[in-house]
Amino acid sequence: MDIETYTLILSALLFAIGTAGVMLRRNAIIMFMCIELMLNAVNLTLVVFSRSLGIEAQVFVFFVMAVAAAEAAVGLAIIIAIFRHYELVDVDRFNLLKW
Amino acid sequence: MIADFFFVLFAVMAIGGAAAMVLARNPVASLLYLVMAFFAMSGIFVLLDAHFIAAVNLIVYAGAILVLFLFVIMLLNLGQTDKTDLRGALYSILGISAAGAMFGLLVVTLRGGRVTSMGGGMGQETMDAMLRTRGAVGMVADPMFRSYLVPFEITSLLLLVAIVGAIVLARRRAP
Repeated sequence: MDIETYTLILSALLFAIGTAGVMLRRNAIIMFMCIELMLNAVNLTLVVFSRSLGIEAQVFVFFVMAVAAAEAAVGLAIIIAIFRHYELVDVDRFNLLKW
Repeated sequence: MIADFFFVLFAVMAIGGAAAMVLARNPVASLLYLVMAFFAMSGIFVLLDAHFIAAVNLIVYAGAILVLFLFVIMLLNLGQTDKTDLRGALYSILGISAAGAMFGLLVVTLRGGRVTSMGGGMGQETMDAMLRTRGAVGMVADPMFRSYLVPFEITSLLLLVAIVGAIVLARRRAP
């Protein structure tokens, strides 16, 4: 077992922790942070595979970061808009469309 | 040998930071744990010879995106929760088992990817040679501005749309 295999296991573990975080927390901002963690775990996987499959994988890491930045900006703007309306960020309380 | 030591150190920091982020009660503490995890992941990028990605990860991810999160947490004054917002027992069991299933699925899938990647790969020597001849930035910039120039330009469009969307969404409605 070399460092690349261990890094793949580490990235799978970090992705699973991010999944658990999205499901366990009610705070919308922390759910967003868990999604960022999952994106970065994918970056780790891409960098590992860039060593054996070609340097292009690191370009995709760059694109993933750009998409993460865009997602964070829009997502935080949505959270701010919701907070203005409800004065909280608890996802269980946003039940206007639920019946 | 020393690389192994640093890998274990960074892996423990990353996993510990991620787990502490999920479990921390205060959103600000949670975010700082995530910064620690991202810092450790940058260290692992360095160990994998991706120096440029490590630097960008630190500057853009830990430095800019997470500070934006911190800014919003402080703007909305969320940093003083005294009770945890973790879900109840049934939901926790469901969530943790879903995460465990995801981990198992990823390990099985990545193991398969690892095997196929061994044939016809570049290997460590070419990576070192590329790092020496073209440098950490040129190594990534070469395919980005040759083969992936159009996706790169489209990324700028995506960022523009995100900027406009964020301003429209977060704007205070006119009275």
